[in-house]
Amino acid sequence: MLRLSLARRRSLLPWLFVGPGLLWLALFFIIPLANQANVSLQTGNPDTGYAFTWAFSTYTDAISEYQEQFLRSLGYAATATVLCLIIAFPLAYFTAYRAGRFRNLMLLLIILPFFMSYVLRTVAWQLILSDNGWVLARLRDVGLVSDTGRLLATRTAVIAGITYNFLPFMALPLYVSLEKIDRRLIEAAKDLYASPITAFRKVTLPLALPGIFAGSLLTFIPACGDFVNAALLGTSRQFMIGNVIQSKFITILDYPTAAALSFILMSFILIGIFIYARLLGARNLTQAAL
Amino acid sequence: MRRSLRHWVLGAWSVAALFYLFLPIFVIALFSFNDNQGRFNFTWQGFTLRHWADPFANPDLAEALKNSLLIAGLDTLIATALGTLMAVALVRYSFRGRGAVDMLVFLPLSTPEVVLGAALLALFLTVNIGTGFVTILIAHVMFTISYVVVTVKARLEGMDRHIEEAAMDLGATEFVTFRKVTLPMIAPGVAAAGLLAAAISVDDYVITSFNAGQTTTFPLFIFGATRQGVPAEVNVLGTMLLLVVLFLMGANVMLQRRLARRDANLLHRSVSTATEPLQAR
Repeated sequence: MLRLSLARRRSLLPWLFVGPGLLWLALFFIIPLANQANVSLQTGNPDTGYAFTWAFSTYTDAISEYQEQFLRSLGYAATATVLCLIIAFPLAYFTAYRAGRFRNLMLLLIILPFFMSYVLRTVAWQLILSDNGWVLARLRDVGLVSDTGRLLATRTAVIAGITYNFLPFMALPLYVSLEKIDRRLIEAAKDLYASPITAFRKVTLPLALPGIFAGSLLTFIPACGDFVNAALLGTSRQFMIGNVIQSKFITILDYPTAAALSFILMSFILIGIFIYARLLGARNLTQAAL
Repeated sequence: MRRSLRHWVLGAWSVAALFYLFLPIFVIALFSFNDNQGRFNFTWQGFTLRHWADPFANPDLAEALKNSLLIAGLDTLIATALGTLMAVALVRYSFRGRGAVDMLVFLPLSTPEVVLGAALLALFLTVNIGTGFVTILIAHVMFTISYVVVTVKARLEGMDRHIEEAAMDLGATEFVTFRKVTLPMIAPGVAAAGLLAAAISVDDYVITSFNAGQTTTFPLFIFGATRQGVPAEVNVLGTMLLLVVLFLMGANVMLQRRLARRDANLLHRSVSTATEPLQAR
């Protein structure tokens, strides 16, 4: 009897710990998504309300109508992710291997800017890139930008903003995976006459793959859904799918289309993650990303 | 020679990257001292301390910041408590459905914020709950829990399981072991998770914009102000927040150092306090 009740208690205890958080996620993450699926299949208009009608056409209409914004979102996010990788990899490498006793200071410096408000940082880029700003004037001086050319309200500005805002999501996982590498493996490669470049390519890089994978995901996913950068640094010609979802929901009150667009975006991302994981050969998705 | 050249390039690249990271921060801080005339704060017009003298001059801005800080405080308390418990269960126990719970924690992190925000708003509209302070808080807890779980899990995974086993071998119940051994040992991780939750909450624009109703938060105020010109007081408050975070991070580092020093005799002390009731008997 006693044994049985003890065993029971042991198996209940984890659920007691997990319970409250699980309930919160169920109520405010799972149920909203299920509800969202329901909303996406409704038809109607903002004045008379919406009713459920299995309206799958909303999905096909949404894709054909907003194909451009979808492709732009994926394109901007992918470009920003690659730029983040190019900027962050040497930075993470330096921090992990060459910073010595300044390593913690370097980490602090990488993280610190991101405690300045996200929207305010983007507003600051608005100022830096603005038409009467110092940067544009210098670029015009050296002829990199034509005299009528602009920086603000261009594709470049939006991509640069996204790259800037999601850089730490790339830099930190990269740093963690680089720091974990057993340095003796690299020394061994060099002892066996690998040139520094070969050692990097055949030892360091493969061992840093989990960090590259996690960093790319953590950058690409929020970048795909972002609408702040496009709204503040671009014009409607640079609007991404996030801008469409936001305006459909908040301004136009076309809930079914907004819901359908959300699901299409989510499935794009999940499929993308899957393919990416296959390509990089990450064994356990959640493990690599977390 | 080539080796030192490589080092030099790497160092220069890192310095340039840090410059890129800090450029907007310098601009924000600098323009908090700008003696701007009119509503726009886009061109340098001279040095003044007047914005720093009265950062709460704009009542809407003061209200927005108050909301943000209150929501971040409450969010930190709730999300850290719920997330820490989940992390402990996920690392310390094997139970049926653990994989599913792990996945559920991972999913909000891999969902774009715009989708999370829109889905929540759709739910609130469906069940007819008015959006405002409470719905912002609900949303923030929902998406910060996962960050807490991930952070605390990382700390737990690097921890010696034997110390807890020793406490239980000496007769401490699971609950007492959790309170007197596990919790003190993961304290730095919990503190870091709380800081992270607070930072994400204060900073969030996307999810909040969907669920705010008539309530404004600091990021919402700034975004709304971009069209008419962001007041310089925003720069002052942003810079102040950054300094507060810097202070808190410093405090956390000090705490971790003290805890690390304590770790040496933690085994002995925690086991003996955990079995206190037993010894008394």
